[in-house]
Amino acid sequence: MEHAVSLDDARLVKALRARDERAFEELMRMYNASLLRVAQIYVASRTVAEEVVQETWIGVFNGIDRFETRSSLKTWIFRILTNIAKTRGQREGRTVPFSALERPDAVPEAAVDADRFLSPDHERWPGHWASKPEPWPEERLLAAETRELVDRAIEQLPPAQRAVISLRDVEGWSSEETRNALGVSETNQRVLLHRARSKVRQALEDYLMESQ
Amino acid sequence: MSTSIEQLSCQELVELVTNYLEDALAQEERDSFEHHIAGCTGCHEYVRQMRQTIELTGRLTTADVSPEVEAKLLAVFRDWKSR
Ligand SMILES: [Zn+2]
Repeated sequence: MEHAVSLDDARLVKALRARDERAFEELMRMYNASLLRVAQIYVASRTVAEEVVQETWIGVFNGIDRFETRSSLKTWIFRILTNIAKTRGQREGRTVPFSALERPDAVPEAAVDADRFLSPDHERWPGHWASKPEPWPEERLLAAETRELVDRAIEQLPPAQRAVISLRDVEGWSSEETRNALGVSETNQRVLLHRARSKVRQALEDYLMESQ
Repeated sequence: MSTSIEQLSCQELVELVTNYLEDALAQEERDSFEHHIAGCTGCHEYVRQMRQTIELTGRLTTADVSPEVEAKLLAVFRDWKSR
């Protein structure tokens, strides 16, 4: 798999160096949406995030002749993005999102509300489910409305959680690719993924069980 | 298995699900996790729902590039190309 990716990279790099517009279109379709989501971790507004993405592509054009295949093209492009986005974010005086990447568990967040469990000093079943999850109606799981709900739940996540779940679960990136793109440690990536998935699960449960 | 691990509660288990699915638990923790879900219908269902959540999220399609953004970026590309 790693090999196939490299062959594809080599083809794209070669075409882009030859100023092949179709190669750029392909790259843009592959990465633009993800670049925008990652940029939004660092900057406040979508407009600024779009500018950061545009600057990133300019950085890609200007750097492509010097690109060395030591890293994957994807990793390289996202490194350009994070550098630009960080500088831009610092200029805007945004520091909060950094702690979201570097210290995601500074603020504790439970995967499931504490009131779903029996109290920790319950004499027989401490911390056991008070109201346990019930199976979801299979026929509604695949409905278009359910998919839209998942989409909305992801949109509402804090930017760092949204970026991680988008790259991992929507785009299907590996944990390593996601870590490289975000410049985040393995542990912190897992914390962000855990919180994001837990919230989406909760949104699904609220939605699927409300009419039960 | 140590006593503390045997006493893994449901409330603790739900916080370990991602580590479990990412294969990031130590063998001992993994054993007690699996032991727990084998005997607890609530947690068994919870883990199943997390898997269903991941699967559903994987069915979302990547957002398309809007025509305006695409036109703008192509203009940037052509500008670079002509240099
Ligand atoms: Zn349990």
